[in-house]
Amino acid sequence: MTAPGDIKALARATADRLSKVRRLNALLTPMTELRQSLARQAAAAHPSGVLYGMPVAVKDNICTLDFTTTCGSRILEGYRAAFEATVVGRLKAAGALIAGKTNCDEFAMGSSTEHSCYGRTLHPFDRTRVPGGSSGGSAALVAAGAVPVALGSDTGGSVRQPASLCGVVGIKPTYGRVSRYGLVAFGSSLDQVGVLGRSVHDAARVLSVISGRDLRDATCEDRDPLRLPTVPEDLKGFVIGVPKEYFPPELDPGVRRACERAVRIMRDLGAAVREVSLPHTSYAVPAYYIIAPAEASANLARYDGVRFGPRFEHAPDVRALYRATRGDGFGAEVRRRVLIGTYVLSAGYYDAYYRRAQQVRALIAQDFRNVFDRGVDLLFTPTTPAPAFKAGEKLADPVQMYLNDIFTVTANLAGLPAMSVPIGRVNGLPVGGQLIGQAFVEDDMIEAAYALERAVPALEEAER
Amino acid sequence: MTRAWETVIGLETHVQLRTASKMFCGCSSAFGDPPNTNVCPVCLGLPGALPAPNEVAVQLAVRAALALGCTVHPRSVFARKNYFYPDLPKGYQISQYDQPLATGGSVSYVAPDGAVRTATIVRLHLEEDAGKSLHDRFARVTAVDLNRAGVPLVEIVTGPDFRSPQEARAYLLTLKQVLEYVGVSDCDLEKGSLRVDANVSVRRAGETALGTKTEVKNINSFAYVEKALGLERDRQIAVREAGGTVEHHTMLYDSKANAVRPQRAKEESHDYRYFAEPDLPPLVLREEFVAEQQGLLPELPAAKRERFRSQYALSAEHAAVLGASRAVADYYESIVHAGAEPQAAANWVMGEALADAKEHSDALRVPPESLARLIALIKGGSVSHAAAKKVFAELATHGGEPRTVAEALGLVQVSDAGAVTDWVNEVIAGNAAEVARYRGGETKLLQFFVGQVMKASRGKADPKLAQRVLEERLVS
Repeated sequence: MTAPGDIKALARATADRLSKVRRLNALLTPMTELRQSLARQAAAAHPSGVLYGMPVAVKDNICTLDFTTTCGSRILEGYRAAFEATVVGRLKAAGALIAGKTNCDEFAMGSSTEHSCYGRTLHPFDRTRVPGGSSGGSAALVAAGAVPVALGSDTGGSVRQPASLCGVVGIKPTYGRVSRYGLVAFGSSLDQVGVLGRSVHDAARVLSVISGRDLRDATCEDRDPLRLPTVPEDLKGFVIGVPKEYFPPELDPGVRRACERAVRIMRDLGAAVREVSLPHTSYAVPAYYIIAPAEASANLARYDGVRFGPRFEHAPDVRALYRATRGDGFGAEVRRRVLIGTYVLSAGYYDAYYRRAQQVRALIAQDFRNVFDRGVDLLFTPTTPAPAFKAGEKLADPVQMYLNDIFTVTANLAGLPAMSVPIGRVNGLPVGGQLIGQAFVEDDMIEAAYALERAVPALEEAER
Repeated sequence: MTRAWETVIGLETHVQLRTASKMFCGCSSAFGDPPNTNVCPVCLGLPGALPAPNEVAVQLAVRAALALGCTVHPRSVFARKNYFYPDLPKGYQISQYDQPLATGGSVSYVAPDGAVRTATIVRLHLEEDAGKSLHDRFARVTAVDLNRAGVPLVEIVTGPDFRSPQEARAYLLTLKQVLEYVGVSDCDLEKGSLRVDANVSVRRAGETALGTKTEVKNINSFAYVEKALGLERDRQIAVREAGGTVEHHTMLYDSKANAVRPQRAKEESHDYRYFAEPDLPPLVLREEFVAEQQGLLPELPAAKRERFRSQYALSAEHAAVLGASRAVADYYESIVHAGAEPQAAANWVMGEALADAKEHSDALRVPPESLARLIALIKGGSVSHAAAKKVFAELATHGGEPRTVAEALGLVQVSDAGAVTDWVNEVIAGNAAEVARYRGGETKLLQFFVGQVMKASRGKADPKLAQRVLEERLVS
């Protein structure tokens, strides 16, 4: 616990730690601005808050009053939000310090944090590699030990995938658990604010602070508060399903071994492990890459240069102004998705693409319900098909990039809570295992994550 | 030439709901405030802002739907209607599309030929308004006012049910009356709280298939409805008579030039790419909620007119005048409830009260109880009808108790037989020649004598009493 007298020193130390990892290009906030802001926030922080003095870095697609909010996009260069996201307000009310804004793929569209107008973020343990994305800046800062916790957003895996690649904990709560007010929308029916943390405990604690009903977000549900479990002695009574579709032949052998070890740990702790089937899994990525771009094409229509952000001034008419502003302001990946999204919603194509994708989405959700209805409490899968890949490796082939989300998009399509927890290293690079829970039952998932967090390092050491 | 052609018109009416705040945020929905003062992150469409539905707007929309006899659906879905325009902050309008709030209603109206016709209401849905583009405020640039952005609307769509611009107008007036009665909207066309788009087509008399329709927009006054639709009908007939075909266009009505012109093709080639609004859960309405809104509906104009006829024995015409607005109808009934005879009350409301209201921005200035007491004074013979009009004017401007006002103005009739007899004697003494003629059989001179008595009494004598006394005295 931080004492009021210590908080100024703590704020300075946080700034120092963030300053040391500047080469990662994970933090977008300039150091001078960050130092001044941290000092101001420290003086204003409420000592009785449950997160008093905890530094939390925030992904740059979440609105803050203290810093600019650019979503890694030229179209929001220098943009200062007129209001603060609900999650940021709750963090501050709990005494946390907002430790700057983190780099991300433009508008959270990407899996490598290479699609940012501010340049790519480096993997903290291997600078030739990507930290994952789109919340790569948040993951890198936590993995580098610069902050204990950072906020990200997860539309198809953008919290869990970088958490996995960087070796930290990443939680995506149930859709409707956390307010999206102030999260810059990408795919509104899929987006959730998530937490990346050094430990399960830190991440869960921050999640419990930011979760809960918000009348400004009509999709945020009125539920019992998130229960914070304690570290369990064992996993007796838990039924853990392992879906076979998540272990395809092309899965990286190191990832496979790490997953098998994690499953062994859970079984040894008393959990009943069952192989299960989620038969529509292979349709998830195609469905996701129709639904998310469709929603994005509408969500990003507001960046037209009329009311805020940079504007192309010399347009002869309003159409030309839109074309120049948006053509210039959006990067290639965002333009690609806006075009895909516009296409799949167009007259004559809607039924073949968007409607079909929604039907697939319903089937995927039903797959999960079927498994949970048969007594399974949790599912365990790899978070990603392989450890961190080389920078530039997948840039030329968007489909290869999209396939990195193959194990994570299903939880977004079904609205379920899911988290990535470190389960070992492959050739020195971290890999994560994914726990998928039932809607609004995050506590079971967190409990199992506690068990893995405690048992994995020892077993990994012993096996070496 | 119109006889060989049949006109087919369907109307889409946008009605602004009477709420204090906007559809999806807490901003005021007031009309006429300085530009861009009633705005917030939500209605400005700032990044990260989300819509939160206004419950009052939902209540009013449901009441409107019920008043129009629609089926209100227990589950309806908001949808995004996507198009780029500078006064549309988000680049999409939140509306309803394939699952609207309500469907299948009807409105009965009196057509210009006096027949009662019925228009079907195909659907009624909730949506938010866009802002306003001001093209003529500044030279060479367009200004945008977003005060209106996000104001709640219902769109009411009829079938292709009207056969003339006159019918379309009659329907609109009836629709306006119903919506005003229910209190869901001001329905002020001039303020834009009621806006009309029309689908117009023509076909040869006897044909059953519909002709190619055009959409007529920018009809911003009731006076223009008939003009704009008549012009478009005539244009289409002229095109067809000349052997041409009608193109599927959007036509804009220009009230200054009194002409319809096609909108530029570029501006109308819209694919709105509707899809379900992911920021809002489906609108689920419980049965009790709908029943509660039904219970809050007032008596509707048609029912009220019928009741006025039967309960107060009014003519159809009087019932229509008194039932035209809820305020007037309520005023009339309050006067009757305060004890006035129904026909007398009707005459006073349709006469003095409405004339006065017309000159004072529709304010019914004399309280119904006062007017009822004034009517009682006439009936009791204390004031003449002419004098009562003066009392009414005084009551309207300064208020007060009718009897006191009548006394203060010296308008109370003298019904005291003694005083009246004195005036009668005076008149008989002063008009010997006429008295002789009367007694000689010229009895129609009686009215002359009554007039003289009124003159002698400076209008105070009760004319009925005066006549009676005169008859007695003149005989002898």
